[in-house]
Amino acid sequence: MIMFMNNSDSEEEPCNERTSLMSAESPPVPSYQDGLQASEAGEAQPHRKRRPGSSCSPNNVADGDMSDSGVPVREGALENEEEELTLKYGAKHVIMLFVPVTLCMIVVVATIKSVRFYTEKNGQLIYTPFSEDTPSVGQRLLNSVLNTIIMISVIVVMTVFLVVLYKYRCYKFIHGWLILSSLMLLFLFTYIYLGEVLKTYNVAMDYPTLFLVIWNFGAVGMICIHWKGPLQLQQAYLIMISALMALVFIKYLPEWSAWVILGAISIYDLMAVLCPKGPLRMLVETAQERNEPIFPALIYSSAMMWTVGMAKPDTAARGPSQQMWDAAEDGRENHRSPSRTDSQMSEMRSPLPTHPITSVEELEEEERGVKLGLGDFIFYSVLVGKAAATASGDWNTTLACFVAILIGLCLTLLLLAVFKKALPALPISITFGLVFYFSTDNIVRPFMDTLASHQLYI
Amino acid sequence: AFFWLVSLLLASLIWFVSVHLSDREDSRLQYALLIFGAAVSVLLQEAFRFAYFKLLKKADEGLATISEDGRSPISLRQMAYVSGLSFGIISGVFSVINILADSIGPGVVGIHGDSPYYFITSAFLTMALVLLHTFWGVIFFDACERRRYWCLGLVVASHLLTSGLTFLNPRYEASLVPIFIITLGTGAWAFLTAGGSLHNILKCLSCK
Repeated sequence: MIMFMNNSDSEEEPCNERTSLMSAESPPVPSYQDGLQASEAGEAQPHRKRRPGSSCSPNNVADGDMSDSGVPVREGALENEEEELTLKYGAKHVIMLFVPVTLCMIVVVATIKSVRFYTEKNGQLIYTPFSEDTPSVGQRLLNSVLNTIIMISVIVVMTVFLVVLYKYRCYKFIHGWLILSSLMLLFLFTYIYLGEVLKTYNVAMDYPTLFLVIWNFGAVGMICIHWKGPLQLQQAYLIMISALMALVFIKYLPEWSAWVILGAISIYDLMAVLCPKGPLRMLVETAQERNEPIFPALIYSSAMMWTVGMAKPDTAARGPSQQMWDAAEDGRENHRSPSRTDSQMSEMRSPLPTHPITSVEELEEEERGVKLGLGDFIFYSVLVGKAAATASGDWNTTLACFVAILIGLCLTLLLLAVFKKALPALPISITFGLVFYFSTDNIVRPFMDTLASHQLYI
Repeated sequence: AFFWLVSLLLASLIWFVSVHLSDREDSRLQYALLIFGAAVSVLLQEAFRFAYFKLLKKADEGLATISEDGRSPISLRQMAYVSGLSFGIISGVFSVINILADSIGPGVVGIHGDSPYYFITSAFLTMALVLLHTFWGVIFFDACERRRYWCLGLVVASHLLTSGLTFLNPRYEASLVPIFIITLGTGAWAFLTAGGSLHNILKCLSCK
């Protein structure tokens, strides 16, 4: 994991936000609403339509109240319905996550294939000090392993630091950190990216226009990510910053180090989320205990939370405020990027638990979505981008890695539906991706090339 | 798609090993090995299609048991279509995308004496192959479902035949035309298997 450090003098600090996949609500209790909704919804629409006033999806607040009356009575039937709902939601969420992951990868691959800048070697980050230009294979391997160790330890240190800050409620520090890092991503990296794209296509652009475009892009991005904004715009911005981050990694990580780092990161991910003392697991649990959303800037959420009617007795709909309820989803350890919206979210959320738990029609409806950490996006895109950049110009390898990652994501979501707690999203996908990359590049490519040269089809 | 990729991987592995174990210089041997590799790949593809069928059958039963009315939301026919289509798409994409990428770049087709119609025939062949995979998927699943093993054998044989026809390739009349005939025939067969008939077509057209 890489944490964003605000050293303005050093090179770009990769900000990895990796979070595990978590289902949108913490412990799903089969409650009264669940049963109602299941029977109402039938096959067609799981939590898709918001039905104000009708049964809401179970949420933390209402659960406590209704579960008592609900559960003893309908436990048997509910379990079955719940399982079915889980699977239905699961399938829907798979699709909802496929689209952004695919978009991110498409952006990265398109940039890599067209803009020369990101495949040129122009130096390395300070996190990977050992160069790979050595003549012997053994030395190169050793250097890449050392690079990996340094990178992973930096990530571990930053994650632990972040978790400690979170535990001791130093929210302002975390917010400042996240805001600074997102500022850098949105302005500096976008400027570099735009510059390179314009250079590639030989388009003339004057500085005032550029300034205006970047200023608007960055300002709207900051607002969308850290505060409120339309869900789709927020998702689009998160995808874009993940793609930018992935491009930085692809450019600045040397070849072998990149692959070893990918492997090591997925192992670390596995440990950090599943071990009882893992930093990410502690982060998720702390967030769940305090009933707070985890820094929305670090997580991509596929659903929205409509919080209608705060602590007012009149439950008239005051208009849904769409926010990304990333809380408790962010189990993955990805860099807790500066939680921009976190402060907002925390403030919004804290009155909620004090809601009168009795009014079920509190109109707090939450679409159960799935949250995926941004670091997962980044590392998936790094894998596919590296495949596109270094696989001898072969598209088959890129496609094979893409399919492998998506299938890994599918499997992880399936496990999520089964286990219903935060899970690391990296290990399975990255393993499949790496296996397919190396095997396709070395074994399948000569076969397909020979077949194509004779125009044979299999 | 994943299953097709895995089958391709295994087939390539076999070919790769066989090439490395054999004499690199002997071009006739290499060509024979290529044919062998292609045949192995076809057989593996069909084997993996069968494995996928088994997996989907299991999933189908699972979905049926937990759904409200005892039937799964997707019928086996739809699954057959989707699986055939995805096999076709990934196979087609793998066959054609490098050619497409090269076709953007500067160059002259067939300058070394090969056919100048390389690109267009590749395009047609890929299209035929995608359609064929879809049809084979439908027929295959249906045959497995109803345990008509001769249908299965016929599907595998037609796949082998199609792949073999592409070996005649620079002589496009000998390969393209039969492949298209096979495609049309298989398409009609799949249509009939999926329950269509002339009556259905007429009804569909007259409803417009």
